[in-house]
Amino acid sequence: MATEHALTPSGYIEHHLSFNSLSIGDGSFWTIHVDTLVMSVALGMIAMGLIWLVSRGATAGVPTKRQAFMELVFDFVDDQVKNIYHGNRHTFIAPAALTVFIWVFMMNAMDFLPIDIVAKYIVEPIGGEHTFWRSVPTSDINTTFALALTVWFLMIFFAIKSKGLGGWIHELFCSPFGTNPLIWPANFLFNLIEYVSKPLSHSLRLFGNMYAGEVIFLLLGLWAATGVTGTIAGAILGAGWSIFHILIVALQAFIFMMLTVVYLAMAQESH
Amino acid sequence: MDINFTLVAQAIAFFVLIVFTMKFVWPPLLNAIETRQKEIADGLAAGEKGRAELEQSSKRASEALTEAKVKASEILALAEKRATQIVEDAKGTAKVEGDRIITGAKAEIEQEINRAKEGLRQQVSTLAIAGAEKILRKEIDAKAHAEILTAIAKEL
Repeated sequence: MATEHALTPSGYIEHHLSFNSLSIGDGSFWTIHVDTLVMSVALGMIAMGLIWLVSRGATAGVPTKRQAFMELVFDFVDDQVKNIYHGNRHTFIAPAALTVFIWVFMMNAMDFLPIDIVAKYIVEPIGGEHTFWRSVPTSDINTTFALALTVWFLMIFFAIKSKGLGGWIHELFCSPFGTNPLIWPANFLFNLIEYVSKPLSHSLRLFGNMYAGEVIFLLLGLWAATGVTGTIAGAILGAGWSIFHILIVALQAFIFMMLTVVYLAMAQESH
Repeated sequence: MDINFTLVAQAIAFFVLIVFTMKFVWPPLLNAIETRQKEIADGLAAGEKGRAELEQSSKRASEALTEAKVKASEILALAEKRATQIVEDAKGTAKVEGDRIITGAKAEIEQEINRAKEGLRQQVSTLAIAGAEKILRKEIDAKAHAEILTAIAKEL
């Protein structure tokens, strides 16, 4: 998009931070970020589909290299879950953790792609010149909130399932300080803050990391547009930031998975 | 920072992915891994068992070998003893037999000597009688003195 006329730095950044929005009704809520949705669903289907293909042909005998790799990932996730959750993890929590880890990792990894490559070579031939397209779904607050809120609802669901509705409400008012009616408000306030802060910190941590990473790539791209010196410096720093970003991508996916497991495990424990 | 319907769509996508993993991805992988783990554990146990069995049977074999050796040496000693005994017995029998033969031979010799003596005696008596006959022929009647002559012959 460097050929766009009247190009300003703020225009460049703004362009690349705009979503490909599609309005489906009145009001700003009834909008869909097509780029986020298409990228995340495609990545989810590709990643989980590949794992499904491997696991469908999984053999208990000598595993193929593909199966061995999947088992490595499987074992890694399973080990983490095993250390945190002590119920029957195989029915829900462990598969959910695997999904979260792989999916978030794949979405984060889109940061490694050059900024415009998806827009230029895949979207523009279909959608025309200067289509907005952000290829990292996790740098969209909607994605991270969607994941965190789903986990939040699951958390409440499992809390009620394991303690009963009465037990859950009892815990809202009687934990962590005690059962005395005088401190019910304090307990409730405490739990309220916990229930609000969990999805916020869960989603904003991932969003913040990925958004910041993307903005830095944009700034480096901006620098690269200023001339030969900028191009060289931008390329070197971009390579450095990409390498560092490998850590962030994997780490954030791991943290997101761990928090998911911890929240779901905590919900089923009685206090 | 605009929250919109994307959130709902993403949540649905997320939920569908979780259910998909839960139903189709996790169970076969888990099954394969657990089956293999069990197979490996079984194999290790079987190997351990086989090793113990081998050890035991080799111990048993060496025990049997030792026993056989002991028995063989016992049999050998017994046979030696028996051989000595047989030789001793044979020696005894041979001595007895030899003695018997010698005794027999001695008796025969004695008999033979006696017979020769008898023969000689008869011949001498016959000779004496013949001599006496010749001498007395003229004077003595054979019939008259036959009794005396027979008595003499008997005394000889």
